[in-house]
Amino acid sequence: MMSWLPENVSTFGGEIDSLFYLIYYITGAVFILVTVLMILFLVLYRHREGRRATYSHGNTALEITWTVIPAVILLVLSFMSVSSWGRIKAHAPPADFQVQVTAKQFNWEIVYPGPDGKFGTADDFQIDNDLHVPVNKVVHVHLKSKDVIHSFFLPNLRLKQDAVPGRDILVWFEATKPGKYELPCAELCGFGHSGMRGWLYVDTPEESEKWVKENWPQQ
Amino acid sequence: MSDSVAVVATHAVPAHHEELGFWRTYVFSTDHKMIGRQFLFLGFFMLVLGGLMAMMIRWELAWPETAVPGLRWLPEPYAYEGIIPPQTYNMLFTIHATLMIFFVVMPIMVGCFGNFLIPLMIGARDMAFPTLNMLSFWVGLLAGLVMLAGFFVPGGHAAAGWTAYAPLSAKAAYTGVNWGQNLWIISLLILGVSSLMGSINYITTIVNMRAPGMSYFRMPLIIWSLFITAVLLLLALPVLTAALAMLLFDRALGTSFFLPEGGGEPLLWQHLFWFFGHPEVYVLVLPAMGATSDILSTFSRKPVFGYHAMAFSMIAIAFLSWIVWGHHMFVSGMNPLMGTAFMMSTMVIAIPSAIKTFNWLGTLWRGSIRFTSPMLFALGFVSNFLIGGLSGIFMASTPVDIFIHDTYYIVAHFHYVVAGIIFALFASVYYWFPKMFGRMMNEPLAKIHFVLTYIFFNATFFPMHILGVGGHMRRIYNPTQYDFLHPLQPINVFITVSALLLGLSQITFVTNFFWSLFGGKKAERNPWKANTLEWAAPSPPPHGNFDALPVVYRGPYEYSSPEVEEDYLPQNQPLVGQSSVARPH
Repeated sequence: MMSWLPENVSTFGGEIDSLFYLIYYITGAVFILVTVLMILFLVLYRHREGRRATYSHGNTALEITWTVIPAVILLVLSFMSVSSWGRIKAHAPPADFQVQVTAKQFNWEIVYPGPDGKFGTADDFQIDNDLHVPVNKVVHVHLKSKDVIHSFFLPNLRLKQDAVPGRDILVWFEATKPGKYELPCAELCGFGHSGMRGWLYVDTPEESEKWVKENWPQQ
Repeated sequence: MSDSVAVVATHAVPAHHEELGFWRTYVFSTDHKMIGRQFLFLGFFMLVLGGLMAMMIRWELAWPETAVPGLRWLPEPYAYEGIIPPQTYNMLFTIHATLMIFFVVMPIMVGCFGNFLIPLMIGARDMAFPTLNMLSFWVGLLAGLVMLAGFFVPGGHAAAGWTAYAPLSAKAAYTGVNWGQNLWIISLLILGVSSLMGSINYITTIVNMRAPGMSYFRMPLIIWSLFITAVLLLLALPVLTAALAMLLFDRALGTSFFLPEGGGEPLLWQHLFWFFGHPEVYVLVLPAMGATSDILSTFSRKPVFGYHAMAFSMIAIAFLSWIVWGHHMFVSGMNPLMGTAFMMSTMVIAIPSAIKTFNWLGTLWRGSIRFTSPMLFALGFVSNFLIGGLSGIFMASTPVDIFIHDTYYIVAHFHYVVAGIIFALFASVYYWFPKMFGRMMNEPLAKIHFVLTYIFFNATFFPMHILGVGGHMRRIYNPTQYDFLHPLQPINVFITVSALLLGLSQITFVTNFFWSLFGGKKAERNPWKANTLEWAAPSPPPHGNFDALPVVYRGPYEYSSPEVEEDYLPQNQPLVGQSSVARPH
């Protein structure tokens, strides 16, 4: 099932994927264990003439065992998740490249700071649905919404963040492989929700330079 | 709660009653059993509607923007020559979920079985407040009519999802839906009144009207589950009611509780909604767990494994359900620290669910298992709940949830839990049908129903996990609009074919139900040789239920007890020299 995961091209995606795999193996083992036991019991203890069910109300030692073991597993998973979560969400590394993404029904409005590196100046460059970022650089996205809640989803970067009107939410990622990746909206945002998507272009330094030269206002 | 002798029912109900006319017997009835049946038929009707909507949704996902067979009669703008436009698609999944949650599972599992079973299983003649009970049904029906009316107003029905996230739901301009969304809100406000009346009645009845000897810890687990459900409803619904009223004010009166331009906060809606919404999940699933426990014990001919652990784990689930709502909001923009806290509480709530699953296995262990249709469906519920419970652990882990949030992984998960309740629902219908209607259902047909439903349920919902792992978003109208979803499209087609077959398989149930209603074999009092009190009453029980009020001597699961020769020992059957006082456990 996990081979269906889209190719990962972000620095933290591998961490998310390995947690995903770990939980997959654990839950898979529990599923097989419980299912095999269930089928075994259904076959072994099916009704047969002359055999009476065992009169038992439970077994405290067993019950404590199957309470404690899942509790320990879940605790370990929690701690592993907490440390990943902290690395991904709480401490964004300093930005190499900044961009504003404002969601609106039904497009991503993308603003680059332009040559001066500052937003809100005359040399800002704005375009819908085309997000160009350099490869192997920490990108900060200032995520906003003009109307309803949208969700900024980059499947290949294992990144999803809702864009909430009235808020400016900082999202960061670092793409590790040049290419063109889809950027769908993942939160129902109205009748045009389906098909609201942009493209993330992860550019090599040469491509990046070329794109900037062709599109950004010149100093 | 103590193990003391239960309170004796204090209010007198005449054992002989005057004959009531047609209207008082079948329509404006105050008899808990008739009200239970009314809720059952309301739920079935809505199940058909909600199911048909699911079929339309699935058609669109498999063969986007093609005409749905048989829908050419649908007027514009709902459909164009049978082709469903995006706006209608959004209405369909919004109302599909709303109907299934509020007008199918709640009326049947809580409304029908709560009403029918509580007095019968605790040994009372009726509910504490019979008139309030009747009102609860009629107000619920009114809510259902208001909900359906939403399809007949200009602009169409609510299209903001069953979660109605603001601001999408808070301003008509964002969806183009005006009165449809308003009626959706008003319907749920009315339904809240119905559920409150029901829950007050359930709680009062269970606390005050248990038969002599029926201590709390001699109650069947389904009664425990309904009791806890009623408490959850009583405490959760006011929060939804408040949130819905605020949303209606935002829409109609120009307040800005959820609109940032007026100083409001969109995330406030999510906090309020999920503060209700997560306990609501347990409102839906606890009665299913209770029924499953009872049915597994009866047909394993063995006491429930760890009865006290089962009751306490349900209580634990109920309490924990108040502090896990934030796991719906990990990527909402909520402070990541809160994400951590909610992940911890969510991991904790998995423990009592695990206990229940293992105890169900323990109940089967060294039993003498009868594969009747209720038993097969109860086993089906356990097997699906296992998958639904385990897949929940993925989304509890905050980093993993970043990826799978709002994908089909979530759709797969909650259908395994919530749509999986249909297995407990069918188990309950097959199990209590003889008591409810005085006739047996056709067993071979019921088994065919089980096999088909089990296969096609899993063929429908399991592949949704794969879609989710592939990144397939929820609530999209046309997956082929996305390049990265192209390789997944054959899975969508497979799911749709399975879903259509799952829908068709239900014909076996409808046929069986209605045929058995009139032509089934007459049921004896206790066809399953079960222990609980409802089987001591005639089938179907008359007004007032019992010939003489039962006295309870023991717990509900004394199967294969060494004290008697038969493999069951009803709760109300005295043994020589036994008093009804509960023994300490």
